[in-house]
Order: sequence, then structure tokens, then C-alpha cells
Amino acid sequence: MARDKDSGLVYRHAAMTRVTHWAWAIALFFLLLSGLQIFMTRPDLYIGRQSGFSFDNTILSIGAVVESGQLRGVTEVFGHSFDTTGWLGVVDEGGRMTAKSFPGWMTIPSYRDLATGRIVHFFFAWILVVALALWLVSSLLNKHLWRDIVPKSGDARALPQDIADHARLRLHHRRAYGPLQKLSYALILLVALPLMIATGLTMSPGVNAMVPFLADLFGGRQSARTLHFAIMLVLVAFFVVHVVMVVLAGPLNELRSMITGWYRTDGERP
Amino acid sequence: MTPDPRRRRLLLGGAATLGTLPLTGCFDGAVERGGTVREVLASANGLTYRVQRLLLNSNALAQEFPASEIRQPMRPNGVTNPQDADYRQLASNAFADYRLTIDGLVDRPASYSLAELRNMPNRTQITRHDCVEGWSCIAMWTGVPLGLVLDAVGVQSGARYAVFSCFDTLEMGFAGPVRYYESIDLIDARHPQTILAHAMNGQPLPISNGAPLRLRVERQLGYKMAKYVSRITLAASLDGFGDGYGGYWEDRGYDWFAGI
Repeated sequence: MARDKDSGLVYRHAAMTRVTHWAWAIALFFLLLSGLQIFMTRPDLYIGRQSGFSFDNTILSIGAVVESGQLRGVTEVFGHSFDTTGWLGVVDEGGRMTAKSFPGWMTIPSYRDLATGRIVHFFFAWILVVALALWLVSSLLNKHLWRDIVPKSGDARALPQDIADHARLRLHHRRAYGPLQKLSYALILLVALPLMIATGLTMSPGVNAMVPFLADLFGGRQSARTLHFAIMLVLVAFFVVHVVMVVLAGPLNELRSMITGWYRTDGERP
Repeated sequence: MTPDPRRRRLLLGGAATLGTLPLTGCFDGAVERGGTVREVLASANGLTYRVQRLLLNSNALAQEFPASEIRQPMRPNGVTNPQDADYRQLASNAFADYRLTIDGLVDRPASYSLAELRNMPNRTQITRHDCVEGWSCIAMWTGVPLGLVLDAVGVQSGARYAVFSCFDTLEMGFAGPVRYYESIDLIDARHPQTILAHAMNGQPLPISNGAPLRLRVERQLGYKMAKYVSRITLAASLDGFGDGYGGYWEDRGYDWFAGI
């Protein structure tokens, strides 16, 4: 395909979209690693209002057992037990196998330090909340939200073709997002991140007194904590797919558009 | 656009190199206590405190639950059996000689026996205890509202904090035993659910849960709810108590405001 080098350049991302994108990238990185640090203090997930010590409402548990003189990491999910030595429960700490939920590279700080984990987590939680609020307001004002993110009936019709194209790695470079892009961005920005913030706030005893219905909505504080963890997994999965798609779609063009705003399209009309 | 294969190779090579860098612990130094980065990050807790105080009605109640939610014994945490001589002495006599001292910026410093506290108007509440570790446990607590005790002694205008001194020693420091202590502001001190609890789940408070008297501050995390309380001091500042951060855990890096 030969064409004029500059003819396909379009201004794709407004400044606010780009600034908030990188703010989320940084905030979510630190939130993940400090969140895992916080989780290490009680690496169990429960369903309901409280944690079952005399009854069983645990759905996930990361721990260590000693078997014939050997430390073994054991992760239990919905009653199924998995040997996760080296990754979860028992990890390599400076050459020694140690009973610890996560390896050092997964947490901030790398060693056990709940107090510092909380300080890092709540600082970047504020960054996340402020960035999401700024993005929502500016995207409502400049119509980005309605034009580019919210899927419409046309997207529903184009969805099967879009899935088929993605399956064959036939990626389009247009100014507008495709149906799968809209769906995934809407899911993350309008569902996952607000839920992440809401379940996080539900764990706060102060906020709980202010809006007690939130805890009831999520099925209790411990259920909210479990949801917070589950949405973290969704966000990590999104991040992996997002980066893979950027690499497949042409990383320099995609990165440039998220830094300068300018994006080179195929020139084809949707 | 057809991506330049050389560019792609360069990029993938760069990513592979990044992946082998020793990233583990690269933020450890920055977030250490005493550093500037840590100070900036920790300032977010001050913001959380101010926003909660702004948005949260000072009398908004923490959730209370029906008796059917008391499904297990209250999980004891922290020190569960203090070995301090003065405490053992009181415990040997079922705390008959115990007296709660209230001093500092008050008009009429006083001390109360357990019987005197039980005879004041009491409040019973079934609430959820949220530990900073992440777990929750629901139990019923009975005690005298701290606000009533404060009214009885008369809080002076300069007072900003209620500081709770405790019997339990957690470690030996250079200057002798380091005992647990905690502090709250006067908004939480006068909150209707803030009680000095002497009973739990309808029974006298067990030693493992803080007998004879423990604090309940239902809109904050468990470490604020001092067990084995011996003295309440009204103060204008947290200086002069422990390392000056307002509590045993606060002196070890935990946030003073634990409403989050």
C-alpha cells in the first residue's frame, strides 16, 4: 500500500485523555504492588460480612505447609488445593525458601511491611480517583465518552466482523475505536475502575459509617474485599491484553498517539 | 501501516533487557521511613482524614448488626495475656482494685472503679471489628460512652486528643518497657458508639480481649481500640507520648487516622 506519508495522520487523543491514561498507568502499577503487600498480611478471601474463624466462608487461601521436612506453598481456591511453591505461599527470599505469600518482586516494599504498603496504596488511590474524575468530566464535556467509548447499536452489528478480524490479527487503524475496543474500554473505565474504588471504600470503616448500603450491596465487607481482589485480576488481564494489542497493532504508532495525540490511520474508511 | 521489522526487533530486544533488570526491591529505599518520598506519600492520610471529617457527619453511626450475626468468639489480637506485674496483681483479684485514671487537660481529674463505670448509663452495640490485617469479626460490646466520662471530668478548651495508656508491654526499649498506647481526636472521643467496654457478648470482658476495659472506636480500624486501658489523658498535642506519633503502631509507621 503506497500512500502519502503524512496524509493518514489524525489527532486522536485529547490532552486530558493522554494525561489521565499515564496517570492511571502509574497509579495502577503502584496500587497493584502495594495492594499485594497489604493482602500478604491476611492472604485469605472470605464471602460475607466477617471472616470465618469458627465457621468456613473462605474461598481462597495462600499458605505454607511442611511436608516430609520440605516447605511447600499451597494455594486453596474454592476447596481445591494447588502446589504453588516458588510462586505463592513459599517463595525464594535471597536464595532461601521462605513461607511468604508473594515473592519480593510482586510487592512494594519487597519485604513484609503492611504500614508502608498502606501508605503507598492510599496515596495512589487518591491519584486514581482524581484522574478518573477528571477524565469523566472532560470526556463528558468534549464528547469523548459518548463518541468513542459508549458502544452503540452500530457497534453491536459490527461486533461479529470485528471479532473475526481480531481472530485473524487483521487490525484496523482508524480514528474511531472498533466495537471490541469500545467494549473493553467501557468495561474498564465505567465498570471495573468505579467498582474498584467502591469496593475499596467499602473496606474503610469510616466510609462504611457514611454509606452503609454499599457494604450491603456487595454482600458485606469481606465480600467487598474479595470483589476488590477479583477486579484486580480483571485489571491485570486487561493490562496484558492491552499491551499485546499495542505491540501487534504497531507499538510506535500507538505509543505516539498516547503521547502526542497524533495517530497514523490506514486511510481506509470504516 | 506496515510496521518496520527492524523497529519491532529493537523494541522487543529492549523489552527483554528490561525484563532481566533486577527490579525487585527497587522502590524499597524510596518508601523507607524518614525519607522525603515517604513523607509525601503519607500526607495522603492527612487528606483522607480531612475529607472524612468534612463529609462524614460527626455522629454518623457505624453499622450495627442483629444478634444472629454473632457467629463466633471474638478473635483476640495483639497482646492476649499481659505479664506485667501490676496487671497480674489486678487480674488475680478479678480487677476489684482496678481504677481508670483520667487526667491531663480536664477540670476535675478523677479515677473510676469498674463498678462505678458499670453503674453509669451504658451502651450495648453489635458491631464489626475490622483489623488492619484485613479480617473482620462481629461481636457485642457493652460499656460506658467515653463522652459521658469526659463530661464528668470537664474537658478544657485546649484539649485536642484523648490518649489511652495501657497495661500491656510489647517490647523492651532503651528507656524501659514499651507499653501499648493509642489516641483519638475529640470528635471520635465524643461519638455515641465510642465506649469503654467492660463486657463482650454478654460476659465480662475476657483477658484475651482486653480486660478489664478496652476502647471501642467503631469508625476506625482495630489497632485504635486500645485494650487493657489504665489511663486516659486529655492533651493538646501528641508530643511526649511514646515517639509522638499518637500510638504504639503509629510510632512504627502506621497511619494515625485509621478510618480507612
